[in-house]
Formats: sequence, structure tokens, C-alpha cells
Amino acid sequence: MKFLRKYMDKIKPHFEPGGKLEKLQSVYDGMETFLFTPNTTAGPRGVHVHDGNDLKRTMITVIVALLPALFMGMYNIGYQHYLAIGQLAETGGWTIFLYGLLAMLPVIVVSYVVGLGIEFIGAQIHHKEIQEGFLVTGLLIPMIVPINTPLWMTAVATAFAVVFAKEVFGGTGMNIFNVALITRAVLFFGYPSKMSGDAAFVKVDDTFGIGGGSLTDTFSGATPLGQVATNVGDSLTLHDIAGNTIGTWDAFMGFIAGSPGETSTLAILVGAVILLVTGVASWRVMCSVFVGGLAMASLVHAFPSTTYAASLLSPCDQLCLGGFAFAAVFMATDPVTGARTHIGQYIYGFLIGVFTILIRTFNGGYPEGAMLAILLMNAFAPLIDHCVVSFNIKRRLARAKQ
Amino acid sequence: MLSKQNKEVLFNPLSKDNPVLVQILGICSTLAVTVSLEPAIVMGLSVIAVLALSNVIISLIRTTIPATIRIIVQLVVVAALVIMVQQFLVAYSYDVSKQLSVFIGLIITNCILMGRLEAFALSNRPWPAFLDGIGNGLGYMAILVIVAFFRELLGSGTLLGMQVIPTWCYEHGYENNGLMILPPMALITVACIIWVHRARNTELQENN
Repeated sequence: MKFLRKYMDKIKPHFEPGGKLEKLQSVYDGMETFLFTPNTTAGPRGVHVHDGNDLKRTMITVIVALLPALFMGMYNIGYQHYLAIGQLAETGGWTIFLYGLLAMLPVIVVSYVVGLGIEFIGAQIHHKEIQEGFLVTGLLIPMIVPINTPLWMTAVATAFAVVFAKEVFGGTGMNIFNVALITRAVLFFGYPSKMSGDAAFVKVDDTFGIGGGSLTDTFSGATPLGQVATNVGDSLTLHDIAGNTIGTWDAFMGFIAGSPGETSTLAILVGAVILLVTGVASWRVMCSVFVGGLAMASLVHAFPSTTYAASLLSPCDQLCLGGFAFAAVFMATDPVTGARTHIGQYIYGFLIGVFTILIRTFNGGYPEGAMLAILLMNAFAPLIDHCVVSFNIKRRLARAKQ
Repeated sequence: MLSKQNKEVLFNPLSKDNPVLVQILGICSTLAVTVSLEPAIVMGLSVIAVLALSNVIISLIRTTIPATIRIIVQLVVVAALVIMVQQFLVAYSYDVSKQLSVFIGLIITNCILMGRLEAFALSNRPWPAFLDGIGNGLGYMAILVIVAFFRELLGSGTLLGMQVIPTWCYEHGYENNGLMILPPMALITVACIIWVHRARNTELQENN
């Protein structure tokens, strides 16, 4: 560490105004604060409350919480692939994981390079410090984008989202909408053929030479919610990609087709525990999303209709399938775009759950409603907060008059 | 004919006083008719014609219109001109008139028209009013064409209906962006143009 400190001190003069690399000052600053605790914080005197937590540590905690779902997603990409080519039984666990890792790595690299690149350029133009906000977003994007999305599309959508959903509003902490979800929304509306349907969610080609093979005859790449959306007839049975029937337990464990991060509810719940124990995410939002989803799912399940096949799913299935759990744990709890008042957080979360199930069930065009529900409630979060605050003011004023 | 003052009347709306970029008028039709280039050009020409002629007519009768009913008089004049343009399009360019559907009729309610009649034609002589109409119409059309250019190019891969993005690109994985066809992208494209415009014209930036 001493060596690194000495080296950073040695090259520092180059980056100060007048130095030959002054254009890269924000990059230097970003690297220095990434490696060392900054010594420029406010002194011990005064009213500031000091603790060890800062934006970087919060972000790293979220990254750690994302890791179980990420690794599970990587394994599942390989699992689905070898299931699709009928070689699951004879393939070892590490090969399966390696396949998923190699399939996902390019997406992660593209997401970080594009997003951080824009952040670095923006910081340099405005002579600001580089904010760490993209650390989490950059990992969320590969986890919610279908694995077969072409890399250039991911790059375009990431660039669009970072510029128009974040930088124009003032950068980290100022955005109205969740940047990762805007990326997905841009992809979803811009390139719908690549974002839904049977060919989007299961990688069938080999990756860097691993896992070649031809598809089995029973292969069908539709996700469970995709099957729900196209279901005809009176009964609803969900299948995995090889044609076996799946139940709630399979959906909970996550060995089903879907976007990389979202399939395994178990891994997401491990992440949720990490977020809640460290106090990074709001338990009010997280729980009320599940409560809202459960309430709405029970309501539609109480009046099943074959016109809307999703109403045939049990409430438990609704919570385990698709991106519901991932959205509740990692997307809805984003402190920047969500409601901030405690009562507001209950309302915000509950409505996200309600709208997710509502869109899923009654809008056949969108098999999964979590993305749209959260973006919708992002727009309403300031209004909810405003109402809660003004209601509180009114209540206390009335008390003061007595 | 073109004194310094008249030149300003004619050319200011193209950039410094652009009806769409600076006055933020006529946004709804900008969203609606800019999916491809051809309707955008026709819409722009129609607005130029209606705006210039109605400006002249209102300017000619500006001293005789009672102030209390001036909006009604303006509407009658504009509506008559719009119907003429509409019939002209139906006769000579039927497909485009189908594409533009109600939006030609809605020129009547285009804020640019009412704005120019109220702000300029009612208090100026016919010749400057004519130039003002042409200038503002051109300013509006310029933005329409720029927005439609990007939306048609990126959304459909064509320009004026002709394929400009080579099939080679499509074979190698390029795809048209479906979002560009949807109305929100017109707003974002206009926002980008405003962004560039304000960055180049610093005197237009608000201080806050």
C-alpha cells in the first residue's frame, strides 16, 4: 500500500492545473479516492456526524449483495444452455459455470466501459469528482438484460440511459428514474424483437468455443411469463426449456429461463438479507413491494379468467416468477429514485407490487410488469413524498392551534 | 424592400427567436408528423403558406377588427386558409394528406399561428407581417425537418422513403431503433436540438 501511495503522490503534480495531464484530473481523483480514504473530509469539530459509511461503501455493499444472484445467474445461463443442447447430465458444474461466466463477461465489460466512460467524460467537462453511482448500475444492467441481446444494443441503451436519465439531471443522486431500468426500457421499446420471445433468454450458441452442440427437439426458449402471455385454453402449465413441467419450487430455485439476475429468488433473498442487515436498503420499501404484489396477485387469483392467463398463477408463483423479486430487492429500494418519507415508502412499495401484477395480468403486450411499474412509481415518488409531508404539516398545525 | 429591420423579422425566427426552440410553440405537431421526412416537409410548407397568408390578411384588416372579437376573426381567416391547403393536398398529394390526417386541420390550433397573429400581424404593416410569417414558418419547418431526418434515419433506415442504410449493416446485426418511431423520441430529439442550440447561443441560456 505504501508503494501505491508513494506512486500516486509522485504522479499527482501532472494532474494539477498546469500539469501536462490536467485534462485527466477527474480520472486521477477518482482513482485516488477509490484506492485511499480521502483526507479532505470535514474536520472532527463542528456538527457533522462522522461514521465510516460513504457512497463508495454503500455501493460496494450493494455489489456484494448482488453477487449471489450474479453467480447464480451465470450458473443458470450455462445450465439452460446445456439443457437446451441435451448435454446437462455429462457436463460438470464448473464447466457450466464457466460457460455462463464467459457468456456474461462481455455484457458486464460493455456496460461498465460505456457507462463509466460517459461518467468520466462528464466529470471532466464539469470539473467535478467522478461519482461512484455507476458501480451498481453497471452491474445491474447485465443482470436485467436478456443474455442474447447484441452487445452494441446494450452499449447504445446504456449510453442513452446514462446521458438522458442521469447526466442531464445532474449526475449521481439527482436522477428521477432508475438508470438501469431506463436502459432496459430503451432496449425493450427500441429493439422489441431482441428483448422478448423465444430467442432472447437462452444462449444456445457456444461461447469462446465452449459448449458447442445442436438443440434438442423438445427445446422451446420461452420464459415462464412468456408462456403465460401466449397461453391459450383453460389450463395453464408452465414448462422449462426442455419441456418438463415446472412448479413454484423451480421458480424459487431459479433453474428456469429468464434474464440472468432475476431467475433465482433464493439468491436474491440472500442479497436482500445482506442489504437489510447492513441497513443499506429500506425494509419498508422492500416488504411493501412484496405485500402489494401478494395482495394484487391474490385478488386476481380470486377471480381467475382464461382470457388473462396470469390470473391462473398462484400468488406464490407470481412472486417467484420473472423479475418481481429482483425488482423488489434491488430496483425499488434505490434510495435516489424512490420515496424518502417512511409513510411514503410504504405507499410507494405497495403500489409497485400492485402495478407489477396488474400489468403482468391484464396487458398481454408486456409479459413482465416490474420494469414499467417501477418506472411509473419513480415518476410518482416525489408526489407521494410531497403529500405525506404536507399532510404531516397540516396535522401538526392543527395540533398547535388547540 | 429588405431594410435592416425587415431582415431581422425574416431571419431571427430561423435561430435566435425560433418558434420551436426558443418560444417552445407548436410542439404537438412536431411530435406527430416527424416520423418520416416527407410528411414533415409537407407540413412545414403548409404552415409557411397558412402563416404567411393569414399574417398578411390580418395585417390588412388590423385597423377594422374590433379588439373584442379579434380571436374569432383570426380563427376564421386561418380556418379558411387551412381548408384551402387541405383541399389542395387531397387533390395533388393524396397519400401524404392521408399520412398527415388531422394534423393539417389542426394547423388552426397551432400555437405558432395564433402567437404570430397576436404578437406581430395585429400591429404591423402587411409586408413585414408577410416576412414574419415566412420566417417563422421556415424556422418551424427547419426543426421539423431536422427531427424527421433523425427519426426516419434511425427508426426506419430510410430517407424520404428511400433505403439509405445498406443491407450489409442489417446482415451484420444492425437493427432499426423502434423507439425512434414512438412520440417520446421526438421530444428527446427536440430537446437535443435545443441543447445544441443553447450551447452555441450563450445569450439564450437562463441564469439561475
